[in-house]
Amino acid sequence: MVTIEFLGPIGKEPISLDIDNLKDLSKILQEDDSLSEWLENSAVAVNDKMVSSKDYPLNDGDKISLLPPVCGG
Amino acid sequence: MECLELYDGNLDVHTITNRWYDEFKNSNYGAIVTFVGVVRDENGISGLSFDIYEPILKDWFEKWQQKAKEKNAIVLMAHSKGDVPNHTTSYISAVCSPKRRVALELIDEFVEDFKASAPIWKYDLIDGKRVYAKDRSTKLQGAGVLQ
Repeated sequence: MVTIEFLGPIGKEPISLDIDNLKDLSKILQEDDSLSEWLENSAVAVNDKMVSSKDYPLNDGDKISLLPPVCGG
Repeated sequence: MECLELYDGNLDVHTITNRWYDEFKNSNYGAIVTFVGVVRDENGISGLSFDIYEPILKDWFEKWQQKAKEKNAIVLMAHSKGDVPNHTTSYISAVCSPKRRVALELIDEFVEDFKASAPIWKYDLIDGKRVYAKDRSTKLQGAGVLQ
């Protein structure tokens, strides 16, 4: 089981899923219409490290974060 | 001393910048360059509001500290969480360096990368509500991987 958290303005409660990689996560999240814009513009971190490929394997207990566009300062 | 400081609400600029100066003026840094951001009154906002994802912010900051160290410099930063009224401050950064040129160049690069890479989300405060500053926000590197 992995946990997915939606940071900043996405405003969605965390969810837990039984999946093995980010491809599976992508398929599941694409079914949620409220996330379509966020999937296009958000970066992804696994256990607080940025990830650039959907092939990234996931392990039990991993934390996945979606990071939408930023603007500090 | 922690070089990255996060506070609820607007920053006490005098206290923070004086503390940095007092801390580092005896460390033989010939140049201390401070950048202070001030919230402007524009577009009908009463202020700004911020969310921060601290684990990745700390990693990002640590990479900058290493980069500064290679030039015998250090970086300092303070940022607000939550609401920050107009005409107050949400962000201070500084570079302390033995050399003026290094300090001036590093503060420029540091602030620019901060805007593009630090995991902080900005909202306008309009009629007491938070409105995501979508148009002023920048996609992080690797955005869209789940598309």
